[in-house]
Amino acid sequence: MEFAELIKTPRVDGVVLHRPFLPTVEGTLCLTGHHLILSSRQDNTEELWLLHSNIDAIEKRFIGSLGTIIVKCKDLRIIQLDIPGMEECLNIASSIEALSTLDSVSLMYPFFYRPMFEVIEDGWHLFSPEEAFKDLESMTDEWRLSEVNKDFTVCPSYPSLVTVPKDIDDDTLCKAAAFRHGGRFPVLSYYHKKNGMVMMRAGQPLTGTNGRRCKEDEKLINATLRAGKRGYIIDTRTIAVAQQAKARGGGFEQEANYPQWRRIHKAIERSNILQESLIKLVEACNDQSNSMDRWLSKLEASNWQSHVKEILTTACLAAQCIDRSGASVLVHGTEGTDSTLQVTSLAQIILEPACRTIRGFQALVEREWLQAGHPFQQRCAQSAYSNGKPRSEAPVFLLFLDCVWQILRQFPCSFQFNEHFLITLFEHAYASQFGTFLGNSAAESRVKLKLSRKTVSLWSWVNRPQELERFVNPLYEPNSLVIWPSVAPQSLLLWEGVFLRWNRSTKFLDEAYEEMVHIIEYNKELQNKVNSLRRQLAQLETEDSPLQTP
Amino acid sequence: IEAIRNTVEQVKLLDRFSNKSTTGTLHLTATHLIFVESNATSILHHHIASVEKLSLTTSGCPLLIQCRNFRVVHFVVPRERDCHDVYSSLLRLLRPVSYDELYAFSYNPKQNEQQRDEGWQLIDLGAEFERMGVPCDQWQLTDVNRDYKVCETYPRDLYVPITASKPIIVGSSKFRSKGRFPVLTYFYQERKAAVCRCSQPLSGFSARCLEDEHMLQAISKANHNNRYVYVMDTRPKLNALANRAAGKGYENEDNYSNIRFQFVGIENIHVMRSSLQKLLEVVGTRSLSVMDYLVGLENSGWLRHIKAIVDAAIFLTKAVTVEGASVLVHCSDGWDRTAQVCSLGALLMDPYYRTIKGFMVLIEKDWISFGHKFADRCDQLDGDPKEVSPIFTQFLECVWQLTEQFPQAFQFSEWFLIQIHEHIHSCQFGNFLGNSQRQREELQLKERTYSLWDHLLSEQQLYLNPVYSPSFAETHPVLEPSTQPWNFKFWRNMYHQFDRSMHPRQSILKNTVMLKENSKELESTVRELQAKLQKFGVSTSPLELHSQQKEQAQEDTPVGSGEERTVEGSSATENGYGEIKGSFGSKSEPAIVSLEFGVARMTC
Repeated sequence: MEFAELIKTPRVDGVVLHRPFLPTVEGTLCLTGHHLILSSRQDNTEELWLLHSNIDAIEKRFIGSLGTIIVKCKDLRIIQLDIPGMEECLNIASSIEALSTLDSVSLMYPFFYRPMFEVIEDGWHLFSPEEAFKDLESMTDEWRLSEVNKDFTVCPSYPSLVTVPKDIDDDTLCKAAAFRHGGRFPVLSYYHKKNGMVMMRAGQPLTGTNGRRCKEDEKLINATLRAGKRGYIIDTRTIAVAQQAKARGGGFEQEANYPQWRRIHKAIERSNILQESLIKLVEACNDQSNSMDRWLSKLEASNWQSHVKEILTTACLAAQCIDRSGASVLVHGTEGTDSTLQVTSLAQIILEPACRTIRGFQALVEREWLQAGHPFQQRCAQSAYSNGKPRSEAPVFLLFLDCVWQILRQFPCSFQFNEHFLITLFEHAYASQFGTFLGNSAAESRVKLKLSRKTVSLWSWVNRPQELERFVNPLYEPNSLVIWPSVAPQSLLLWEGVFLRWNRSTKFLDEAYEEMVHIIEYNKELQNKVNSLRRQLAQLETEDSPLQTP
Repeated sequence: IEAIRNTVEQVKLLDRFSNKSTTGTLHLTATHLIFVESNATSILHHHIASVEKLSLTTSGCPLLIQCRNFRVVHFVVPRERDCHDVYSSLLRLLRPVSYDELYAFSYNPKQNEQQRDEGWQLIDLGAEFERMGVPCDQWQLTDVNRDYKVCETYPRDLYVPITASKPIIVGSSKFRSKGRFPVLTYFYQERKAAVCRCSQPLSGFSARCLEDEHMLQAISKANHNNRYVYVMDTRPKLNALANRAAGKGYENEDNYSNIRFQFVGIENIHVMRSSLQKLLEVVGTRSLSVMDYLVGLENSGWLRHIKAIVDAAIFLTKAVTVEGASVLVHCSDGWDRTAQVCSLGALLMDPYYRTIKGFMVLIEKDWISFGHKFADRCDQLDGDPKEVSPIFTQFLECVWQLTEQFPQAFQFSEWFLIQIHEHIHSCQFGNFLGNSQRQREELQLKERTYSLWDHLLSEQQLYLNPVYSPSFAETHPVLEPSTQPWNFKFWRNMYHQFDRSMHPRQSILKNTVMLKENSKELESTVRELQAKLQKFGVSTSPLELHSQQKEQAQEDTPVGSGEERTVEGSSATENGYGEIKGSFGSKSEPAIVSLEFGVARMTC
């Protein structure tokens, strides 16, 4: 298919662009296969380059022959385009609609994007399971890297290499896979070096209504326990939801069959509820009514902060089991691709200082989200302005980022990255020139779509020194401790950087931040100066008095 | 600290949000309640709002103490008799009936008389009016209240329009509640527009007063730019109407020429008191859910009230700075809502009030001198509980909300606001004692007590906002805050200042302050080293770096306390993620890290 077929009117003059907190711009609107571009005739005026894939919804209005298109983006921005001429406006609108909802992945922009920068370090090869396993090997010899899934038949959503207990053979894995939702047999997610405890993740066990059991599954997870030790199974669903799952062939681990494990149920909501929550929250943030009561009740009705609290609490609980109670943990919900990953990845942020560095966080996202098979393409197909019936869209990853931001706010000196880094990941998960978040699993993206050959990795761009600079937290000082966030509602804040980003001017806040950076840099410079003067002086003193020493 | 009256050992202090507790010794002195474990917690009796003996438990007798600075302590005393002793001693000590019993009269910071006098002379309101440009050709100082004869709750020195003669003033004062006739409180020199304040007129349904009408006419005439005077009645219209039935009320636009009358709808002291009560109940709940928190926040109405005050101040500011109109503000008595709106409006209009010294002047002018009833509102003596209300707390919170929107506009950080709040209840300094200037003179506070402002200035290093930019005042002399509801946030550091587990474990503010102090030390080290090098004949360039501070610190204050920078951890159990069922033996928690900077410090 040619994009040209979809573009009925490629350019219109005299279009006026309205954006919040920015002056209006008049210029020429151009549509290309992947971008909506507005270029003004004046110099030095900012132009608009908008990816079609960033467009969540559009609305059109007419006053006489002046048409207006309201473009609502997945990054939550809302812009308005006034287009003279009814026909032009209709054409533009229908083109945008078609181009922003392309079904075929291979037509997405990352397959056409050619970087304007030289790729020094290819992000596609930075974080392989082999590398992660090497680190693990240096700490323990109780685990092995299995190739049982090398052709993605045992578990289509797992990567080709997974880490499993050394004493468990591939045969056992296959049988355990048959007993777990989506073939997601328990695999290693995190090894806690401090006490050798581990966190595993899986899909729900397929016990069904008649309480089916699987000796191999039991053997597999028991193999992760030290002699005489017990572990916790954290089921991210309430007991009621887990019970209901039995009727559809799912279920949970029966105590009788897993006597060495204690099961804890939490209440992280499923994807459609999270999507609804996001829509309501953004609606509340865009409400202009100026009434305090209305704002608070809408914020409350969105339930977003409740989801943040529940996810954080569950992650803290998992971390607490591992670090405080010295027990290993298995985490799962239903599929094991959403709430499970929120919990396992956040627990690692809490427990593992390396995950709080920029590189370590990238590795975490790779390991616990991309390779672990979070269906990004389905979940991020639409954002807060989707008005159709949600299919499988859900802000699962955004909630994870929000939780990370909450911890970052509480430990502002313990993270190497800043808020801007998290916002960038949010943007790119929903619309990007990079291939990193395309596809739904390692099998699909790595093999079928050949992403690593045909697209550029987000990490290749992020890790360039010029870009990296923008993501560095100036307050960072490595903190080797476990960081326990407060989950009290008074401690959890609305993530304004995302949800109010387009509704307020941040000029004064940005300037204050600059001043803080300035104070920190000045201090560093002084420190260096003192050090160099001291060295100089010490040198002179030794030169000057060589005979002083007896 | 003087003699200890009671000492009880093996007392447990429970954390109100977790299952943690510490065991220590409880001491009771004439002025403080002190709990000593590895470090000491000291609570001034004046801060205690209520003491409650709860029903006996197996571990002992619980004693619940709620403080006015939002500290809540929960002790468990092993023996009931000891608990009862502490309880009854506290009850006796808690309710001073005369001013002489207040801490300020026994507090001695080891200053001599001269130092004390200098402390009291720091704030000079005459000089402040001069700074505004008053007296001038349109406004004069009147001696009509020299002896508090016209209005006993006003200060002696008052500024009125030059055309307002004594008979007009006296006549007008008779037509106003408590004699609080219209006087100048802020003069916006740029537009020659005045902010005046008064109490409600005794208009009832039809009464009028020619002198009062003249008074407003005089205010109108004093402004050549705009002859309209806005009259802001800061009450909800319904309240004002109800007052009419009692012979009070509001100005009838038909009787006054050139006025524009406007209600702005701030609720009264009783509504505010119960609003804060509700708020504290909600946020004091253990294992609070997000939904209950947000519903509770909404139902308390607290943030709605805060926003109403800010909205009113913005209205005032726009009338003065944009339209150049003079404004007369009143409520019922003109000492609560009026004080809030006038002072907050001035803060928006005048950058001086956003400095440490200027903020003290502002409080001294609009609150202390104009007779905000601190003694009654802050419950300093055993008085009428219906008079107690967090009016001044609301003002401080409004200022905090503004600092969040304009982080570079204020010289002080929120710890300054919190520290001031601490002392409106502490009764440790004389400034906030009593209800009016007249009463303060009678109490001879300047001779018998010390000034808080002197104390705060001496440790102002602690209250500096590290990112304050004096040049912000030049580019933004008038602040124009956004009033979108999401700009108004729950002030955690005020209402949970003693609940450690609620706060960020690392503070950006604390870090930046320390870096800035450290930089000052380094600067002098560099100079020393350069001097030494010079002795070796090595000349180095003078201290000049790429990112040289644009604005050097305003004054040479002694360099920081040399506090160590610590990477702080936190603990899992105090956060209550949920109990781990059938815990397989838990380990002890790591040692608690140091208290957060700025949590109100011991004041003994």
